[in-house]
Amino acid sequence: MNKTQLPAPSSSGFLNNPQNRAVIYQVVALLIVIFFAYYFTNNMFENIEKRGITTGFSFLDDVAGFGISQTLIHYDDGASTYYDVFIVGLLNTLLVSVIGVFLASVLGLLIGVGRLSPNYLISKLSLVYIETFRNIPILLQILFWYNVVLAALPSPRQSISYFDSFFLNNRGLLTPEPIFETGSSAILIAFILAVIGVIFLGRWATKRHDLSGEEFPLFKVSIAILVFAPLLVYFVAGQPISAEYPALKGFNFKGGLAIIPELLALIFALSIYTATYIAEAVRAGIEAVPPGQKEAAKSLGLKDHVILRKVVLPQALRVIIPPVINQYLNLVKNSSLATAIGYPEVVTLFSGTTLNQVGQAIEIILMTMAVYLVISIVISLVLNWVNAKMAIKGR
Amino acid sequence: MAIYTIKEAKAAPSNSKGLVFWLRENLFPDIKNTLLTLVGLYLISITIPPLLNWMIFDATWSGTQDEIVKEGARWIFIVEKFDQFIYGFYPEALHWRPNLVLFITIAFLTSFKVVKNVKVKIAFILLYPITCFILISGGWFGLETVETEKWGGLMLTLVVAAVGIIASFPIGIVLALGRQSDMPIVKTLCIGFIEFIRGVPLITILFMASVVLPLFFSDGIDFDKLLRALIGITLFQAAYIAEVVRGGLQAIPKGQYEAAKSLGLGYWQGMILIILPQALKISIPNLVGSFISLFKDTTLVLIIGLFDILAMVTLTNSDTNWLGYEIEGYVFVTLIYWVICFSMSQYSKAIERKFNTEH
Repeated sequence: MNKTQLPAPSSSGFLNNPQNRAVIYQVVALLIVIFFAYYFTNNMFENIEKRGITTGFSFLDDVAGFGISQTLIHYDDGASTYYDVFIVGLLNTLLVSVIGVFLASVLGLLIGVGRLSPNYLISKLSLVYIETFRNIPILLQILFWYNVVLAALPSPRQSISYFDSFFLNNRGLLTPEPIFETGSSAILIAFILAVIGVIFLGRWATKRHDLSGEEFPLFKVSIAILVFAPLLVYFVAGQPISAEYPALKGFNFKGGLAIIPELLALIFALSIYTATYIAEAVRAGIEAVPPGQKEAAKSLGLKDHVILRKVVLPQALRVIIPPVINQYLNLVKNSSLATAIGYPEVVTLFSGTTLNQVGQAIEIILMTMAVYLVISIVISLVLNWVNAKMAIKGR
Repeated sequence: MAIYTIKEAKAAPSNSKGLVFWLRENLFPDIKNTLLTLVGLYLISITIPPLLNWMIFDATWSGTQDEIVKEGARWIFIVEKFDQFIYGFYPEALHWRPNLVLFITIAFLTSFKVVKNVKVKIAFILLYPITCFILISGGWFGLETVETEKWGGLMLTLVVAAVGIIASFPIGIVLALGRQSDMPIVKTLCIGFIEFIRGVPLITILFMASVVLPLFFSDGIDFDKLLRALIGITLFQAAYIAEVVRGGLQAIPKGQYEAAKSLGLGYWQGMILIILPQALKISIPNLVGSFISLFKDTTLVLIIGLFDILAMVTLTNSDTNWLGYEIEGYVFVTLIYWVICFSMSQYSKAIERKFNTEH
């Protein structure tokens, strides 16, 4: 049963050449994108002209003229410009992100370790925490904290007080405010010197360990230096840092540092929500270290804390850090939900109030997006750097 | 001479099973863990009993507002506003239409287990969204038109989530393929889009969709608010789906690609018949994870002025006859989200376990 062999498919056709086809596909894709870009920008300019909206970034120099409930830099309702508003918003975003990242990490670490605890109750409680809070939308949690929990707090006159220096009421949390007098810079200098000293001490200890094998209690000594050096200078310089305590005057508090309820609600919600993801990452990371590693270290005669520090943690961290950094990025992005409760961060101030007043939607939203894009890029650069540092060497 | 004396028998080893043993082993093995257990018990005692009291034992389930005597939750508010939480302002006489859609959805999903014919399946997939759209929005076959402004509550949440999931899926797959492609321009475009979307918060994209998008089109084209939000959410979700699918594509051994090529299959044939079925299968757990995120993210539409179920809490509380019921509203909505998200995540875990045993 001889079949006549089919002739080999002709590859001479122009369209049959994969390279030619790739070029054609890409040119078509590019043309489509360019066409849409042209069509959109064209319409955009037409629409803008029709509606009489000005373009460009000159509005940044105009006086904004609205008040902001929390500003980290000097801000004046009557004189500050939209550019200042942008900076105030940006700083407030960074503030809530930094506090949130810190608290979420601490809470996440605790819960993640608790999840692996041999104690049945603690392990199950951690699981319940994780499963409860990660399955509730973050916006719902923010609104709940703000509209239900914090709104139910008493008025300033009936504040809940702790040690007569912290006051919690429906206008926020008041804490003592540190006042830096002359001579307080000496404490900062002492602290910096202590940090430098600890770095050199660490190098010396590593070297000594390499040469003689003797362990130096580096951690305890470092902590002692970092705490006692600034403390010593504090007393020598005559206690230049004092605290101003909040005090009830009339219907409201005077003095002290006021933390607005919006910030409190946001921080509670963000750290509780993000901690669930960090806890899962911590658990997965520690579980990823094969038990043989621990057993091998034990059979070498290493002590428990050395095993944790030199064997388990370095391997676990390699797994833990990338997802945790991603969660930090998510926290920063989720902080934009502050706009639902009016915390003055970049989306609220810029894409909200400023957009309403100026009307230049495109510039304003692009600037807002740029803030988050830059933060994302910085965080992913950090992540890449960490990954490169942590990569298994010598393979 | 030593006299052999019978030694006293050792005491029987302590129980190695039973409740006491379990308690000692798992809750009170040493001082540190005993303390932890006590802390845990304290935490439970200060949270669970008050919560149960508030939610169930002290709660008011029926009657009118004047009859409330108990301290706990006043669920009568939810009972009174239930229709609004579920349907928003959708006309009451037409509630059967969203209900029918829910029924069709269940029938549609179960039909996939029963029907084996691929062509019938494809027909179902194409017919399903059209039927649902016509049923909910009306305007065809003598059905009364219901403007999207009247859509709300859980119905709107589900519509946003479903459209986001279904519409973003093909776009996400195409983006993932583009990102893996050898063609530099296509690849750059896809990477640019994906990383841009993933770098900014959803809320800025929603703002973009609601404020800037109308500027992109000439005046004749009118976008409704819901459609703008849907476009924003779909683009956002597509970027995340693309990354999940890319993970699946990268996990497929190179031999599979080569095998597809050596069978003489073209790019699309190879992808659709060989690569994608495997890649999508292993990405199912992550896809479900991404759906859960999207479902939680649908709450953001309230910021651009749509009335999803979360927005209903504030809205129902602005009724002057029913003021101050925020807690009940938030707890009710929380329960709905929690039940849906938790079951989806358990489903994804079950699938993951199922796949684990196969390899």
